[in-house]
Amino acid sequence: MQIPYNEELRPDTGLYNAKLGIWLFLASEVMLFGALFSAYIMLRTSNPYWFDIKTVLNIPLATLNTVLLITSSVTMVMSWVALKLKDLNKFKLYLGITLLCSFGFLIVKYFEYASKFEHGLFPSSSTSLACYFTMTGLHVLHVLGGVAVFLYLIGPGIKMWDSEPERFTNRIEVIGLYWHFVDLVWIFLFPALYLL
Amino acid sequence: MSDEHHQESFWTKYIFSQDHKWIGIQYGVTALFFMLLGFVLMIVMRYQHVHSGTISPDTYNSFGAMHGTIMVFLGIVPVIVGAYGNYLVPLQVGAPDMAFPKLNMASYWTYFLGGVTMLYGFTLPGGAANSGWTSYPPLADIATTGQTVWLIGMIFLITSSLLGSVNIIVTIVQLRAPGLTWMRLPFFVWAQLVTSFLLLLAFPPLEVAGIFQLMDRVAGTSFFLPTGLVVGGEMMSNSGGGSPLLWQHLFWFLAHPEVYVLILPAMGIIAEVISNNIRKPLWGYSLMVKSVIFLGFMSFLVWAHHMFLTGMGQGMSNFFAITTMIISVPSVILLTCFILSLYGGSIRYNTPMLFALSFIPMFGIGGLTGLPLGLPLSDIPLHDTYYVIGHFHYVVAPGTIFAIFSGIYFWFPKITGKPLNEILGKVHFIFSFIFMNLFFMPMFFQGLAGMSRRLADGGQSYAHTQNVIQYNDFMMYASWGLAIAQLPFIVNIVMTLLKKTEKNPDPNPWGCTTLEWVAAPSPPIGHGNFEKVPNVYRGAYDYSVPDSETDYLPQNEKD
Repeated sequence: MQIPYNEELRPDTGLYNAKLGIWLFLASEVMLFGALFSAYIMLRTSNPYWFDIKTVLNIPLATLNTVLLITSSVTMVMSWVALKLKDLNKFKLYLGITLLCSFGFLIVKYFEYASKFEHGLFPSSSTSLACYFTMTGLHVLHVLGGVAVFLYLIGPGIKMWDSEPERFTNRIEVIGLYWHFVDLVWIFLFPALYLL
Repeated sequence: MSDEHHQESFWTKYIFSQDHKWIGIQYGVTALFFMLLGFVLMIVMRYQHVHSGTISPDTYNSFGAMHGTIMVFLGIVPVIVGAYGNYLVPLQVGAPDMAFPKLNMASYWTYFLGGVTMLYGFTLPGGAANSGWTSYPPLADIATTGQTVWLIGMIFLITSSLLGSVNIIVTIVQLRAPGLTWMRLPFFVWAQLVTSFLLLLAFPPLEVAGIFQLMDRVAGTSFFLPTGLVVGGEMMSNSGGGSPLLWQHLFWFLAHPEVYVLILPAMGIIAEVISNNIRKPLWGYSLMVKSVIFLGFMSFLVWAHHMFLTGMGQGMSNFFAITTMIISVPSVILLTCFILSLYGGSIRYNTPMLFALSFIPMFGIGGLTGLPLGLPLSDIPLHDTYYVIGHFHYVVAPGTIFAIFSGIYFWFPKITGKPLNEILGKVHFIFSFIFMNLFFMPMFFQGLAGMSRRLADGGQSYAHTQNVIQYNDFMMYASWGLAIAQLPFIVNIVMTLLKKTEKNPDPNPWGCTTLEWVAAPSPPIGHGNFEKVPNVYRGAYDYSVPDSETDYLPQNEKD
């Protein structure tokens, strides 16, 4: 049995299945983070004693993380382009950089969390910190999800390049779309939590 | 990808199957068992109302919460989307399988895990979740451990429905057979498409709410806990500053579209059964399609009509009252289309049709009694009374569940190649119909008298319920009658399954036009569904076409 339009585009929609699938998944994710941000706004605006977390958050580290994630998004696209140009080595290089950047992001995040805990700042300390930990925590889970898929695609999953190069390229495009979304969420989280 | 030579073991064929048909059956069987469990909980609660003290009030609370949770999230949605959607959508659109068979399998097993997690709650000290199926904080935040398990279970169920809804949408958009244009789709497929969008977009806010509540319970945050909360005479030590209303907004943002998740696929089933048994096209097919899309869209804008009592402000209340009145219009259009379709048809009164016909007035009662709940003025006295219970049970029980029964009788010969017994089916129908009404009708009278819901003693201790309290006895007997009325159904299923299959069963015993009947044998072949991909030349309801030899034209028949 063969599912149609796994690799080739369906003429009337111009999509292959996984691409529509990931866009729908991202629509669902928009609702997830949309609800998170809406809840954040509601909690913050309705609370006259809102603890201002700008004072305890590390803006330079967060800026570094922003740079890391944006870089990883750029190299993500380049790894996809490399596959389109049939250059597997370039692909490995760029996906490797993406992986490194995401590891960097996670390490920085680890130090940020650790220093909060060290100073006795926990999710239970105030609702603003609860928002900070929950929102960035969910984002970190999304980063971890992306990293797991990257590791698979650069490791055992790369075999598919030999048998079905077209489908492998599609996989990179799909995970790339997801990765850009994760990046975008951070670009909203950064000002909302650290700057405003 | 090419698994033509793939040898299937017992495990990959029956347990971790990737065949949408088998997954559909898995969903259906599991969910029907959960529905039976929810039903048993209800029987116990109804007995408790008359014989107060049979179970402790705490147990009663957890039975109440779990009855709602099981029926909605583990029973009806998995049957009507998981089972019907999985089994029928690929067959009706002429696809070999779902777009993502592996995700489909994952969706079932995540659902299964969610169900097991929910049931695990019963074994905990303090019992399963006991803050109502709506889990309102602050109560739910400080409830026993069962609530934590409930939240984890919900997160599994939300993941499962995410995987399932993506799959159904992609299948419908991408895998339609050649010639199967949008307006040639059976109405059932449209209903599943809109439903999947609702699941896809409405569930994430509840996931956020669930995560917040989990954080409140596990990490000690105060997302839903206000400052200065006093529990058991003592001030809570939480940081405060949260909003209990936030939960209600996030919860109902899901739970109102969820109502349409329960009812739209039911209407899809009804549309298929009715058009087949009146032997003429559905009246206003394109109007119905537009209505169902509009209904899906509007269902995102009505959620706070569940919250009129919270005092969220006149402006908000008016907005949601108006959107609620607007959303009743497409529902009425759909029902009117069904009624107008009947006019001038040569109606066959078989079991699926009887269930389908009774759906119309039953859903009508459920829908019309909902209108007073959509207006703040009349909602405030009725809120949290048995009137509300009567209203939504009329929508879901004799509404959606009758549609589920109708569909089981209708598609059983498709799935097994063996039709169910008609006489037992009619007995099942008549007694279910009578006892459903005897059971749910008194709730309206109790509710109008002001009897509150969720009372462990059934309202015995309130002076204003004394004129209606005797209905409790009546409803207890009706619930027994309803239970007995289901026996012919179970006997029928078992008996038919045990019967020997005929050599060449008629693939299309009802004379249908849609692809699942006309292009595939009954039961359909294991992998791939169709011997060759069908071509579609006409709409889904070409019954009694003038000047044609048969009274129906299959969708894959050329002019």
